[in-house]
Amino acid sequence: MARSARFTIGFNSFCSMSLTSSDIARIANLARLDLAPAESERILTQMNDFFSIVEAMRAVDTTGLEPMAHPVAAIQDVALRLREDVVSEPNQREANQRSAPAVEHGLFLVPKVIE
Amino acid sequence: MTHSLSTHSLHDLSVHDLALALKNKQVSAVEAAGHFLVRSSAHANLGTYVALNEATTLAQAQAADQRIAQGSAGTLEGVPIAHKDIFVTRDFVTTAGSRMLKGYRSPFDATVVAKLASAGVVTLGKLNCDEFAMGSSNENSAIAPVGCDTVTPVRNPWNIERIPGGSSGGSAAAVAARLAPAATGTDTGGSIRQPAAFCGITGIKPTYGRASRYGMVAFASSLDQAGPMARSAQDCALLLSSLCGPDLDRDSTSLDMPAEDYSRNLNDSIEGLRIGVPQEFFGEGLSDDVRASVEAALKQYEQLGAKLVPIQLPRTELSIPVYYIIAPAEASSNLSRFDGVKFGHRAAQYTDLADMYKKTRAEGFGDEVKRRIMIGAYVLSHGYYDAYYLQAQKIRRMIADDFQNAFKQCDVIAGPVAPTVAWKLGEKSDDPVANYLADIFTLPASLAGLPGMSIPVGFSQAAQDKGMPIGMQLIGNYFGEARLLNAAHRFQQATDFHSAKPAGY
Repeated sequence: MARSARFTIGFNSFCSMSLTSSDIARIANLARLDLAPAESERILTQMNDFFSIVEAMRAVDTTGLEPMAHPVAAIQDVALRLREDVVSEPNQREANQRSAPAVEHGLFLVPKVIE
Repeated sequence: MTHSLSTHSLHDLSVHDLALALKNKQVSAVEAAGHFLVRSSAHANLGTYVALNEATTLAQAQAADQRIAQGSAGTLEGVPIAHKDIFVTRDFVTTAGSRMLKGYRSPFDATVVAKLASAGVVTLGKLNCDEFAMGSSNENSAIAPVGCDTVTPVRNPWNIERIPGGSSGGSAAAVAARLAPAATGTDTGGSIRQPAAFCGITGIKPTYGRASRYGMVAFASSLDQAGPMARSAQDCALLLSSLCGPDLDRDSTSLDMPAEDYSRNLNDSIEGLRIGVPQEFFGEGLSDDVRASVEAALKQYEQLGAKLVPIQLPRTELSIPVYYIIAPAEASSNLSRFDGVKFGHRAAQYTDLADMYKKTRAEGFGDEVKRRIMIGAYVLSHGYYDAYYLQAQKIRRMIADDFQNAFKQCDVIAGPVAPTVAWKLGEKSDDPVANYLADIFTLPASLAGLPGMSIPVGFSQAAQDKGMPIGMQLIGNYFGEARLLNAAHRFQQATDFHSAKPAGY
């Protein structure tokens, strides 16, 4: 696990953990972004710059704390609602497809997926 | 119909007075809308509007005039306002400032837009903003404003070489230049409060969950909130009362609490109001001109009978990394919907489906959006989620708890909105982290989901920034919007910073 080893070194030292260009390629693939080489280089520098300000966050002791998703949960229980799984919207097929890049016979067209 | 009101200065009327003039038939909704449309094209160089549709606006105004004539007018009947281009609208193109959504026509109106329309508001058009509301200078918009052939930044009416702030920069600049009596904005990490401060207007972000997020193009769902931007607390109260309220079937985080009349406490005395002053907001990074104006405003509050209480918000600095982990994480998830299939941009050339996604997104998104998607995808990825996203969500709870501790000693919290006045166009555009650091004073209330507002408290006296507006932030406890607006209104009754107008408008 070469990655996690480097990760740990990053935390213990005061310099920022450094991402590499192969990290950027991996993340760009996860994010489905086709980055030009110069763009990847720039994002690499900027992300490393950014993670240098994130370091302070990592030293905070958060043992026993619940992550907070809905801010108002700080003062009261907030239940996320579920609604009945029933049709509630009118059919607006044409309006919904008006801004689609490629439509035929009321269907969204995509490049061939199965040969 | 008696038109005793001169129409040439309609743009100087407050929302309150304009609504009254419309109701009393001193001016018609068609005249009011037409007046602002003419002004908007006369000042197209500010780059505020990205969509106008005169026929639609005038048709809405005619309908408003009919309701006024029939005696069935809403509270804001015929008042023309403009919407940040992050709210989807059926009758105007919605772009969210992105190439990805250029020309997009929504099949429905956002709840905030629909609620204001049902109060009688007429829509003037859509206002420029940073792409997907990501930015604090409005320089991240990829859309050419109405009247401009190319993409050009929104300009601050107080100095057109300066940014208006962001992400609701078009909203703030349009209201300051009197191109709309008021506008909607959205605030994820300060996007209503900071541009309001930079353009010398008043803006409020309500408690998270008060305004529906349905139809707001999503950036960070646990932070995004809509709110009004206008020239006074009184006008903000009027608009906020109409745009808030439960939307239980369409927004899963909308709070099940009835809408309120936020104007009801405007004139209450603030004798004995305890104003918490966080020492962390007055540290080294605060520029002298902002410090001087905010301190003078605090003195003014003391004269009005308020008591200043020193408080601590010890995790103020931490809110920068915490916010810039949480917001990009949520953004990377929300923006995965832009894949070139059902709406928006699609690349012209690609080899297969995966390549289509990647090229579409590479072409459709701008630099700042790509950076945040990359940060978000990384901190949510396997092996990093606990260390970054969960850790940030835990510190977020600590930040919210710090506020609850502070509110044991005070009723509202006051401090600067931003460390400096509006900077020059291009000054920070190559340095994303410098932009993030400048959000330090607005991020804590965003993370805690508290209501926050910005009111004008002065103008820079510094040689290099002379005359640029300075804003003071007021933060309330949950559901404390009425109290915030009351504190802001009393200040505005005693001062005239909010009535100052940039030269030439």
